[in-house]
Amino acid sequence: MRIRYFAWLKQRVGRAEEEVVLPNEIATVGQLKAWLAGRYPRFAEACAATGVVKAAVDQEFAEDDRPLAGAREVAFFPPVTGG
Amino acid sequence: MTVRIVEQPFDPARELAAFARGRSDVGAVASFTGLVRDEHGGERILAMTLEHYPGMTERQLARIEAEARARWPLLDALVIHRVGRMLPGEPIVLVATASAHRAAALEACAFLIDWLKTKAPFWKLEETPTGARWVEARASDDAAAARWERREPSSPR
Repeated sequence: MRIRYFAWLKQRVGRAEEEVVLPNEIATVGQLKAWLAGRYPRFAEACAATGVVKAAVDQEFAEDDRPLAGAREVAFFPPVTGG
Repeated sequence: MTVRIVEQPFDPARELAAFARGRSDVGAVASFTGLVRDEHGGERILAMTLEHYPGMTERQLARIEAEARARWPLLDALVIHRVGRMLPGEPIVLVATASAHRAAALEACAFLIDWLKTKAPFWKLEETPTGARWVEARASDDAAAARWERREPSSPR
């Protein structure tokens, strides 16, 4: 599965994207977040603040309870600020 | 309907001149142009860089535009959003709508920019004299977008 990071989350994690092989028990966006937080302390800090880390599964906004089955790409990013 | 993500500067006047041109069924064109300001929160802005999520951005903009068309009788719609580094005074975004009458064009235009600001994956990085900083999302933008969650389009009330 490909994981992508945008804006300041990309800087905190230190990379724009990576390929990961998930343990079987990682089944939802929320579980993936917690798993990545274990690898990146600064990602964990961001996740600790409510509403700061948004996610998309295969380019669709996704909440923490969204299942990952069949997903090819998961992205994490701060709240959007375009326009 | 057109959605474009552009890396080079664009000219809103030229885009608007071409928008809905040659159509005699359009009675109203509304537009919004967002520009880079040279000041934010008391700090001078030297430049702004817009990052986005290629693929998801286009998908979200197309979806927002489809939602506008479902709510209002639009004859055409245009969204152009710049990405990359830009300078104060340069356009960031242009939204235009065309309809037979002004209410639909004006309301749909406001809806499009409000939803774009909260639902399309763009992020602003400002360059100031003291360094670069990511712009934080504003609660007022969420409130502006939320008003369209409840409201019905302009029909005779």
